[in-house]
Amino acid sequence: MAHIPDGILSAPVLIGGGVIAAAGVGLGLRHLDDRLIPRAGILAAAIFVGSLISVPVGPSSVHLLLTGLMGIMLGVVTFPAVLVVLLLQTLLFGFGGLTTLGVNTVNIALPGVVFAALLGPAIRDAGNATKRAVLAGLVGALSVAGTGLLVAASLALSSSDYTPVASVLIATYVPLMIGEAFITAAIVGFLARVQPDALRPAAS
Amino acid sequence: MIARADPRIRVVSALLAVAAVSQLRTLPVSAAAFALAILLVIIAGADRRLWRRMLHVEGFMLLLFVTLPFTMQGPVVATLGPLAASSTGMERAALIALKVSASVLTLSALIGDIDPARLGATLHALRVPERFNRLFVMTARYVSLIRDEARRLSESMRARGFRPGSNRHTWRSYGHLVGMVLVRALDRAERVEEAMLCRGYAGRYPYAVLPALLRRDWMLFASVVACGILILAMDRL
Repeated sequence: MAHIPDGILSAPVLIGGGVIAAAGVGLGLRHLDDRLIPRAGILAAAIFVGSLISVPVGPSSVHLLLTGLMGIMLGVVTFPAVLVVLLLQTLLFGFGGLTTLGVNTVNIALPGVVFAALLGPAIRDAGNATKRAVLAGLVGALSVAGTGLLVAASLALSSSDYTPVASVLIATYVPLMIGEAFITAAIVGFLARVQPDALRPAAS
Repeated sequence: MIARADPRIRVVSALLAVAAVSQLRTLPVSAAAFALAILLVIIAGADRRLWRRMLHVEGFMLLLFVTLPFTMQGPVVATLGPLAASSTGMERAALIALKVSASVLTLSALIGDIDPARLGATLHALRVPERFNRLFVMTARYVSLIRDEARRLSESMRARGFRPGSNRHTWRSYGHLVGMVLVRALDRAERVEEAMLCRGYAGRYPYAVLPALLRRDWMLFASVVACGILILAMDRL
């Protein structure tokens, strides 16, 4: 849904994305204690599997990004985890892109990390299920919207010819925002009841 | 020939090839790159899944192809009601379609079928940071296992009469499905970590040793690089 393939973006955007992604991944790896690697790796695999489910929303169907959830469960480790998933998709399925790995990592991981950092503490401390569901849904929807805006920005910065497309692009993300909000809320509610520790990025 | 080539060479060649294609600006050279990519796929031996991959177009790509002819200024070649399609816009759409398809074909020909078990050793040999590589190997190993688990869960949902639709019940059910997959994944992570520690894991994987590079590996590398330089030179001249 948010993967920009090879062959569209300009060199400065590719390089800029690569630099920002390297900074994010470096930060994530510093927080990735040796003992957390199995947890982070297997969670990344589980979230990747979750994103393969095709979810009906209105007349269309969407594949979830689950990056808001990743941000809540993994914190800044989301950056390396997203890069791992993108690299796997490229190497194993030839899907996505190699030159766009950096840009795609930033577009997909950054909003999830930011909104989970802002709203995560309130989600963990939420006293009742409704408040928690609303906040979790908000993280899910905002992360998708952020990814949509970043994809649009990557295109618009690459060539002014893409600007008209970039400005309407966000509309195509609306079904995903709706599905992502409801499903993230359900997942977070489920985890809060079954295994509340899972909602803490550093728990091991 | 490509299937037997060294995975390190294949990854680096693929990166250089798609980097060259991504910088093309003219239509004839992009068409030549597309033809080269098809040739590469034929040499590698085409895979049935490849054509499905080609048809998989992201939503925003579709939007790009549909709108570019109408939004770019230029000589009008066709009109559709109030909309006028310009030849520059159509050329631009064709250029992007050729470049993206050439990249997809190149990627699947060069790296589409690398043995997953050797990916860790390959990235290790390419000097990818050790921690990142460990995370990568861990994820790569467990994706198919967890995928089977998710498939069993969704089969039992269907057996109980679950019909997906665009409604809150479906979204909540899928949320519980993903939640259950995550809970099981966390349990599994704990068991895996204990098992690793039991076997003396001390922060390093023993990676498979990759065989030394042969002359045919270097020949593959040299021909991909030569093609890349050639198309870039033709494009800029």
